[in-house]
Amino acid sequence: MCGTDSKLGEMRALILVGGYGTRLRPLTLSRPKPLVEFANKPMLLHQMEALVEAGVTQIVLAVSYRAEQMEQELSDEAKKLGVSLVFSHETEPLGTAGPLALAKDILGASDEPFFVLNSDIICEFPFKDMVAFHRNHGQEGTIVVTKVEEPSKYGVVVYGEQGRIHSFIEKPQEFVSNKINAGMYIFSPSVLRRIQLRPTSIEKEVFPDMACEGQLYAMELQGFWMDVGQPRDFLTGMCLYLASLRQSSASALHFGPGIVGNVLVDPTAKIGQGCRIGPNVTVGPGVVIEDGVCVKRSTLLRGATVRSHSWLDGCIIGWRSVVGQWVRMENTTVLGEDVIVKDEIYINGGQVLPHKSIAASVPEPQIIM
Amino acid sequence: MLKAVILIGGPLKGTRFRPLSLDIPKPLFPVAGLPMIQHHIEACVNVPNLKEILILGYYPTSELTQFVADMVQEYKVNIRYLQEFTALGTAGGLYHFRDQIRSGNPEAFFVLNGDVCADFPLVEMLRFHQEKKASLVTIMATEATRQQSVHYGCIVQDRDTSEVTHYVEKPSTFVSTLINCGVYICSIEIFQTFAAVFNTRQQEYYNDASGNGNRKEAAVIYLEIDVLMPLAGTGRVFALQTSNWWSQLKTAGSAIYANRHYLELYHSRHMDRLAQEDFVGEKEKEKEKEKRCNIIGDVYIHPTATVHTTATVRLQYLGPNVSIEAGAVIGPGVRIRESIVLSGATILDHSLVLHSIVGRGSHVGQWTRVEGTPCDPNPNKPFAKMDNPPLFNSDGRLNPSITILGCSVKVPSEVILLNSIVLPYKELTRSFKNEIIL
Repeated sequence: MCGTDSKLGEMRALILVGGYGTRLRPLTLSRPKPLVEFANKPMLLHQMEALVEAGVTQIVLAVSYRAEQMEQELSDEAKKLGVSLVFSHETEPLGTAGPLALAKDILGASDEPFFVLNSDIICEFPFKDMVAFHRNHGQEGTIVVTKVEEPSKYGVVVYGEQGRIHSFIEKPQEFVSNKINAGMYIFSPSVLRRIQLRPTSIEKEVFPDMACEGQLYAMELQGFWMDVGQPRDFLTGMCLYLASLRQSSASALHFGPGIVGNVLVDPTAKIGQGCRIGPNVTVGPGVVIEDGVCVKRSTLLRGATVRSHSWLDGCIIGWRSVVGQWVRMENTTVLGEDVIVKDEIYINGGQVLPHKSIAASVPEPQIIM
Repeated sequence: MLKAVILIGGPLKGTRFRPLSLDIPKPLFPVAGLPMIQHHIEACVNVPNLKEILILGYYPTSELTQFVADMVQEYKVNIRYLQEFTALGTAGGLYHFRDQIRSGNPEAFFVLNGDVCADFPLVEMLRFHQEKKASLVTIMATEATRQQSVHYGCIVQDRDTSEVTHYVEKPSTFVSTLINCGVYICSIEIFQTFAAVFNTRQQEYYNDASGNGNRKEAAVIYLEIDVLMPLAGTGRVFALQTSNWWSQLKTAGSAIYANRHYLELYHSRHMDRLAQEDFVGEKEKEKEKEKRCNIIGDVYIHPTATVHTTATVRLQYLGPNVSIEAGAVIGPGVRIRESIVLSGATILDHSLVLHSIVGRGSHVGQWTRVEGTPCDPNPNKPFAKMDNPPLFNSDGRLNPSITILGCSVKVPSEVILLNSIVLPYKELTRSFKNEIIL
C-alpha cells in the first residue's frame, strides 16, 4: 500500500521497544510499556500515528519481552491505520543498534531512508522535517537533538553550524552543550553495513565512527520533548503534552465547572460535583471521580475510581484501582493495577504493586509489595 | 457536711500541656465539652451533703473568675477560688487555707488533683472512709503495670484491713503495682498533721543560721512526701482500690484520650450531651436528613457550633470521639475523628482531622490533612496507663504525637500537617511533618 505522501515513497521505521520496562513498574507488571496509556492513548500509538502521517508504510517493533499481548492489540491498531506491522523478536538483548541488524532485510529492502525511534519518547514528532533535513545534507545519518536544562544527566551532542556532528560526550562534568540525543534518528540503508548482529550500543560503537567520517548530522527539535520511561517523567511529559494539545487542538481538552487548566477527560468518565480537576490531569475511560475530589498533575488510568473528598497531586492511578474517601496521595505515588486504598489513608511517594490493599498510611516514599 | 478541694497549681506547672496552656489555664481546657475541672466539680456535686467546693491554685484570680461564676450558676453550690501567694505544694495550700476549709465544721473533705481525669468514685470513697474510723486520709488507688508503677506514688496495702503500710513516691525500683490516683478524702483532724510538718519546717529554717533557707520554701508541704509517707504504717492512712477508668492528664495528647473516656461516661449520666442524628417529624425527615451531618460513635457538639450545611449532597462525618466547641465552623465534606476542635475554629471543605487538637480561632483550609499519632495505653496490657514519652527520642527526632494547633493558627488549603505542634498565631505556608513550628 502506498504512503499518503507520494514524494516520500515507501518508508519504514524501527521502534526500539526493548525489554521489561522496569523503570515504569509497577504499571509494567500488568501491561507491556508500549501499551501503557499516555494521555489516554497507548504510548506506542502516539508514535505510530505520527509515523503513518509522515508516510511510513511499514513499522518494525524490536521487542524482547511480552510480545504476545502487544502483537494482538497493536496489530488491530495497525490495521486501522493502514500500516504494516512486523515484530522483530530479540532472543538475547541486542542493545540499541543490534535490533537494526536483526531487521535489516526489511529496513534495507528499498533505497528510502528509515526511521529509528526510542519507544519512550514523546514530543511533537518532526518526521517530515527529518526527511527533508536528511535529504538536504545527503549523508548517512541524522540524529534529532533537543535542548535540556540539565544536559549532564544525558549524552551531549557537539555539532557545527550545518549540523555536522563532531562528537558525543556522555554525562559531561563541565558544561559543553545543552543539546542531547532525543532518541529519534533517520538513516540511509547503507548504515546497516556498520552494524553486526550482536549486542551493540549505537551511541558508543556506531555513531562515533560515523561522526569521524562526517556522515552524521544533528537536527534541532522544536517544541517539547520527554522520555516518559519512569513515573516522574511520565507526569512531566503529560503536562508538556497537554500544553501542546491546547495549542494545536484545544477542543480535545475538557472544560467546565471545577476544571482548571489543561485536563483531558475520556467521554465515558464521570466526574462528581464540587470537584477541582487540574491543572494537568488525564482521566481515562470508565473512570469515576466522586464529589468533592481534588486532582492535580495526575493520570487516572482506565476504570479507576476516586471516592469523595480525596486529594491527589502528582499520582498515577492504575487500571481499576479504587482510592477511598478522604485519601491524600502525593509526590509521584504510583498505584499498580487493581489496588485498593482504604479511606483516610495518606500515601507519600508510594509505589504500590498490583492487587494490593493499603490499610495503613505511608508517610515516607516506599515500595509496597 | 462535706467539702471538696480541687488543686489546680499555676502557670509554672503543666508546661507539658503547652502550647495549649499558652493561652488558656490548663484546668479550664475543655475536654468532652467541659473545662477539665468541671468534670471534678460535677463528681463532687453528686455527693450528698457536699456543701462547698474550694479551688486552690496560684493562677491569677482574674483567670478563674468567670469560670467560678459559671459553675455556681450551673450547679447551685458554693464554689470559690483561693489563690495561693506562691506555689505551696499539694498540702501547703491546704494548710494555708485551713480556716476556709474548716469553717462550717465539715466532717471530712475531698482533695482532688486538677490534672487527673477519672470516673471519680467519691461516694464509695466517703463510705469507705467513714467505716475506717482511724483514717486520717483515704487514698483512691488503682492498679498499674510493674514498669509503669514507678512513675507514680506506690502504695503497699494490708490485704485485710486496707491500711497503707508503706508509701513511696516515684521509686527507682519496683515497690508495688498499686498506685496513688491523686484523689483523697481527709478527716478534719489531718490539719494537726499538716501543722506538725509546717512547724518542723519553720524550726529548721530558723535553726539554719547561715541563711541558706528560703522563707518561701518553709511553707511548701507536699502531701505525698511530707504527709503520706510518714503516716504510712501508723494505721492512719487507708487506700481504696478502684477499677474505674482513671488517667493523668499531663500532656496535650492525653487530652484526646481523656476526651474519649469522658464522652463514653456520658452514656450513663449525660446522654443529652452526646450529639444525635435527630429524629424529626415524618414529613420533615427526608429534607432534614439531607441537612444533618453524620455522627459516628460519641461526639460532643456545642449548640453554637456550625455543623449543618445547606448543601444537599455534601455532609460532614464526625466521630468517633470528637468534641466540637462553641462557635466552631465545620465545612461540608469534612471528616473528623478522635479530635478536639476548640471554640471559634474553622475547618473548610473536604478536610480531614485525625488525632489532633485544633486551637481556638484557628483556621484550616480545604482539602487539608491534619493528623497526629495517638499515645494511648497499650490495649494488650491490663492496667496499662498512658505513657508520657519525652518530646524527642534518642536521635533527637520528634516522637510521633497528637498534632496540636495553638490558638489562631492558620493552615492553608491542600497541605498535610503530620505529628506536628504549631505555636499560637502562626500562619503556615506549606506542609509539615514531625516538627514543632514556632
